[in-house]
Order: sequence, then C-alpha cells, then structure tokens
Amino acid sequence: MHLDHSHPATPAVSADAHRPDGARRAIRIGLGGPVGSGKTATVAALCRALRDELSLAVVTNDIYTREDAEFLLREAVLPPERITAVETGACPHTAIRDDISANLEAVEDLEDAVGPLDLILLESGGDNLTATFSKGLVDAQVFVIDVAGGDDIPRKGGPGVTTADLLVVNKTDLAPYVGSDLARMAADAKAARGELPVVLQSLRGEAGVADVADWVRARLAAWTARA
Amino acid sequence: MTKAALLVLADGRFPAGGHAHSGGAEAAVRAGRITGAADLADFCRGRLHTAGLVAAALAGAAALGCDPVELDAAADARTPSPALRLAARKLGRQLVRAARATWPTPELDALARGFPKGAHQPVVLGLTARAAGLGPEEAAYCAAYESVSGPATATVRLLSLDPFDATAVLARLAPELDQVVERAVAAARRAALDGPGALPACSAPLLEIAAEAHAAWPVRLFAS
Ligand SMILES: Nc1nc2c(ncn2[C@@H]2O[C@H](COP(=O)(O)OP(=O)(O)OP(=O)(O)O)[C@@H](O)[C@H]2O)c(=O)[nH]1
Ligand SMILES: [Mg+2]
Repeated sequence: MHLDHSHPATPAVSADAHRPDGARRAIRIGLGGPVGSGKTATVAALCRALRDELSLAVVTNDIYTREDAEFLLREAVLPPERITAVETGACPHTAIRDDISANLEAVEDLEDAVGPLDLILLESGGDNLTATFSKGLVDAQVFVIDVAGGDDIPRKGGPGVTTADLLVVNKTDLAPYVGSDLARMAADAKAARGELPVVLQSLRGEAGVADVADWVRARLAAWTARA
Repeated sequence: MTKAALLVLADGRFPAGGHAHSGGAEAAVRAGRITGAADLADFCRGRLHTAGLVAAALAGAAALGCDPVELDAAADARTPSPALRLAARKLGRQLVRAARATWPTPELDALARGFPKGAHQPVVLGLTARAAGLGPEEAAYCAAYESVSGPATATVRLLSLDPFDATAVLARLAPELDQVVERAVAAARRAALDGPGALPACSAPLLEIAAEAHAAWPVRLFAS
C-alpha cells in the first residue's frame, strides 16, 4: 500500500485560525502561574460559568501526575471526553512554550472528538514566574498569582506578570490572614502592566470568577469577529 | 544538500516532543538498573545496539525512499510492546508536525494524511531527513543518537546526575554510534532492494517489558 499524494484535507501545522475543513477553530486560552495559585480552581469555575452558553474543553499540563485533570473529572465540571491531560516530562514550561507539539495534538483531537468547540482552556501545571505560553499554541493567556504567595510578586514582575493578556490576583479573601496589601498589589500590577487588565478575585466570594468569565467572553467575541 | 540541516534535526531542542520521553530510563531508574553514570553507559549501550539499530535502519530506509506504509508495518512487527508502539506513533505524529513546518514537502503532507494518529517515529525521521535534503546516513545518525541522548537527558532529571557525566557517557559511545550507523545504512540499502524483511529485528526484551509496566504507573515523570 502506498500513500495517497492527492487528497486535499491535510492536518494543520500550528496556530492556523481555521481547521483543515475550513471551519473556524476554537479560541485557545492558556492559564499559567505559580504552584497552587488557583489555576485549576479558576478553570473549574470558568467551566461552570460558561458551559451552558459555550461549547468548551480543557487541556491540563501536569508536572508528573494527572491530578489537575482528575480534579476536574471528579468535580464533573465537564463531561470526561472534554478533558485531556498532556504528559510533560516534568517540564510544563517546555510543553507550553518550547515544544508545543503535544498540546497542539491535544487541542486538535478534542475538536475532532467533541467539536465544534468555541473555547479551549489550557492549564499549565504550576511552574515558575517565567513560564509563558507560546503564541503558536494559545490566542491569549491568563497569569494567575495569589495573595498568599507574597504581595511583592507584582512588583518583581517577570514575563508572566508583565505580559500576560490578563493578570489574576487570586484568593483575595486570604489577604487579611497573610498580611498582604491588596491596594499595593493592584498598584504594582498596574505599574508593571500599563494598559493590560488585572482582576482581583476570590473564588470563595460571591462574585467568584465572574470578572474573568466576562473577559473570556470578550476575547471570544473578538476572536469570532476576526476569524 | 546542506550538512547543517543535520544539526537542526539532531538538536535536542528540535520541537518534536522528545523531552517528555525517557527512552525507558525512568523504568530502569526505578528498578535500580540505572543508579549512576556507569549504569547509564551500560543502559545506553544496550539500547543503542538493539532499539537504536532498528530505529536507525528504519530511518535510513525511509530516507532512501522506501514505502513508509511498509516501513511502518515493519516497525510495528519489531516493537512487541503496545505501550512502545503507542509512544513511537505519538512521537511520529509530533515530529511530522514539526517537520512539515520546517521542511514542507508533499511527501510529508501525504504522510500526515496517511497516518493521522502518527507513523512510527523513526520512519517519520527518515522522511524528515529526506525533506531536509539529507541522506540515509544522516537519518540513521539522528535515530541512533536519539536512542541514547533521550535516556541520558532524562537520567539527569531523574537522578540529578551530574550533566557533565551524562554528556561524557554519550561522547564515549561515539565510536559505537559510528558502527551502528554503518550497519543500519547497509541494512537500509538492502531493504531498498529486497524489502523491509532485510531490516534488523533485534529487540531488547527488558525495555519492552519495563515499558508495559511503566505505562501502568499512576505517577510518573515521563510519558515513556
Ligand atoms: N481561600 C481561597 N482558596 C482558594 C481560592 N482559589 C483556589 N483556592 C484553593 O487553593 C488551592 C490550590 O488551588 P488550585 O486551583 O489547585 O491551584 P493550581 O494553581 O491549579 O495549582 P497547581 O496546578 O498545583 O499549580 C486549593 O485548595 C483551592 O481550593 C480562593 O480564591 N480563595
Ligand atoms: Mg492545577
């Protein structure tokens, strides 16, 4: 048997806005940030907030377990076929930035299996302050830090804090207990980021993930209008 | 043909997914078979002359223009462990993506269409070398080198092994790499005339068995 050299629908290579069949692909939004800052909790809350209005799926990049994927499965935020775990060889930052091939496979397989999709959220396992997503993989990225990690993180900056399309300062409910100064964190973030948006949130509070969900809706609207 | 293309393709940072695989080193470390640089050298030597030789011959044959569908079947027949077949196909799929972005050719497009879930990585590697204007020898060098550089890099992470020691292990293996490549290319040339039956079929049973066990671990650092 030989390979057919004439067939038209060749699989996509990278961040092409359209699928091989010409349809628009889902917008891909990455969530990164230090260990335990609340990325998975934010993903779970976004799924609950958006799943009735959008068709969505999640890719997790765990360090060495399937824990993030399993948490989302346990919480039943989405049907299991909409959640995929990528193995990263203990290096999430490599899998989301330097060698994105496994993640591209995962997002394409999700679109094939459960598409058409409007939105794919990609979580990077907690890594370090320099971990950012490749533009070949995601269309926008959210960097999640928390008040308990120290209120000088926005001041120290780093590519995640300064360049992410959205900075989330999570766990504001804990600020009084860990002695973090929210006003200072907000001011430092503003200084480091200029016009780029910042959301302060507590997933334990009433508003929860509402601001981030609104930001996602706006990004999706812009993506749909463009592509 | 440009020789420098070989450097691009053989670079450990070539973005084709290799970083998430240990080439059996994670299972060997857990089993106590790799505890330091000396064991790593033994492990790599064993892998080079078995899985490495087979991969190099497959890559060489693909670079010579042998039918990739037949070569892929030959790779399956030489890979008893389903877990290793799956890993090889995943890596093949990732490599074909990187290759099509780097050295686009109709042949690579056809391969991506013919194997939507991936062909065996050494076959893809040979076709990638071909697309890059390289010959069977260069393809075989890439495959043989990857067969030992993967476990060496992974062991640095797994055991916090001194990276200088791991690199020295690879350097000491260089003369044997030359020999393996020579054998692999000779076999690839025979396969081009007589079919894939002429390719070597030397497997490493412990690598296959350990790969099956490793794939079932609930917690692991590497995908294979
Ligand atoms: N008090 C409080 N706890 C939160 C909030 N958001 C998340 N948490 C808790 O913080 C812990 C870590 O949250 P995760 O969502 O697992 O953090 P993560 O960033 O995904 O962690 P890694 O993936 O391990 O890097 C969990 O126990 C969450 O319940 C919040 O807004 N307030
Ligand atoms: Mg998480």
